[in-house]
Amino acid sequence: MAEPMKIRATLQGDVADVRILMLHPMETGQRKDSKGQIIPMHFIQSVVVTHNGKTVLDTQWSQAVSRNPFLGLRVKGAKAGDRISVTWTDNKGDKRTDEVAVAAAS
Amino acid sequence: MPRKVGGIAAFALVCLVAGGVTPALAQSGDPLGVGRKMLAEDNPGELWVERGKTLFYQKRGPKNASLERCDFGMGPGQLAGAYAALPRYFQDTDAVQDLESRLVTCMVALQGYKRGDLAKTAMGNLDRMSDVEALVAFIASRSNGMKMNVPLSHQKEYDAYKAGEYIFYRRNGPTDFGCITCHGENGKRIRLQDLPNMTDRKQLQDVVTSWPAYLGTQSNLRTMQWRLKICYWQMRLPDLAYLSDISVAITSYLNYQGNGAVIGVPGVKR
Repeated sequence: MAEPMKIRATLQGDVADVRILMLHPMETGQRKDSKGQIIPMHFIQSVVVTHNGKTVLDTQWSQAVSRNPFLGLRVKGAKAGDRISVTWTDNKGDKRTDEVAVAAAS
Repeated sequence: MPRKVGGIAAFALVCLVAGGVTPALAQSGDPLGVGRKMLAEDNPGELWVERGKTLFYQKRGPKNASLERCDFGMGPGQLAGAYAALPRYFQDTDAVQDLESRLVTCMVALQGYKRGDLAKTAMGNLDRMSDVEALVAFIASRSNGMKMNVPLSHQKEYDAYKAGEYIFYRRNGPTDFGCITCHGENGKRIRLQDLPNMTDRKQLQDVVTSWPAYLGTQSNLRTMQWRLKICYWQMRLPDLAYLSDISVAITSYLNYQGNGAVIGVPGVKR
C-alpha cells in the first residue's frame, strides 16, 4: 500500500534543499469511522534520509504529524548528482524508499 | 523618507511573488500569498497525479483492461491537450461530456465497472482514496502549459454553454441563491474565504485553469464536479447528481470563457 514519495533536491551553493512529500493516512487512533468504531493508529514511525549512503537525518515520528506529511531539510556539502535517499517505516511495518539525484541550481 | 520608499518597494515585491501563483486571490498586500507560494511549490496534488498515472496504464476492472484506448477527444489514448478542449461533444455517447463524465464512460465501456458504483466512490474520503479523482488529476495534468481551447462548434456544445449561462445567473431554491449571488462581485467572502468573481474574465480564468486542485481542508484532491456539488449544497439546493447535465453545462459555460488561459493543475486551495 506504500505509495511513492515526491522528492525534490536542488542545490543552493553547497547546500542541497531537500523537500519530501509522503502519501500516508497518519491515523492518530482517536478518529472514529462512520460506524463509531475507532480507527486504529497507523502512522510513520521513522524517517531516515541519507546522502550518498551516509545518514544525514534519522527521525522518530508520532501521530502528531499530519496526514500526507511534508518534510524539508538542507544538506550541507552536497554536489549536483549526489544521491539523496529517503526511507520511512510505519507502525504496521510498512516501508517505502525513494531516491533522487541532487539537481544543479536552476 | 528613503525608508518609506524602501517599504513600498518591498511591498510591491511581495505582491509580485504572490501574483505568480494565484493572481486572482493575491489582492494587494495579501499576506497569505507567501504561504500559497510555498504550498504550490510542494503541492501534495502531485501525489494524486502519480497515482493516476499508475492507475491509467494498469489493467483493471472486471474486463481487466487499461484506459489506453479511451478517447478524450484527441484520439484513443491521446491525453496531451485533451483536458484543454473539454467539455466537448462526443459522437459515440451523443452528448457533451466533461473530463470526469468521459472518464466514467470509458471505465464502464472498457473496464466493465458499474456506473452506479463509480458514482458512489468517485469522491474519496479520509478512509478511502478515490481512483477517479487520481485519474482526473493525471489526465488534466497532461494539458499543463497549454491554453484552454473549448470548442463551441457543435450545436449541443452551444446548447450546453447557453444552459450553463442560464443556470449561472438563475436564482432559485429556498434561499433564492444562484452562482451569481456569491460569484458576481469582487471582494465577496464566505467567512474568511475569498470568493472569485466569475464575471471577471481574469478571475474566472484563474479558477478554471487550477481545477482539479488539492484542498488542504479535505486532505484530498478534488475535481470540478466536487466543487459544483458543494456549491449546490451551500445554496441549499437539491443534491447535484454526479455527472449530471447541469454540472456539465456549468462547466461548459465556465471553461469556454477560460479559453486562452494557460492550464496549471493540480492547483492548491484551502
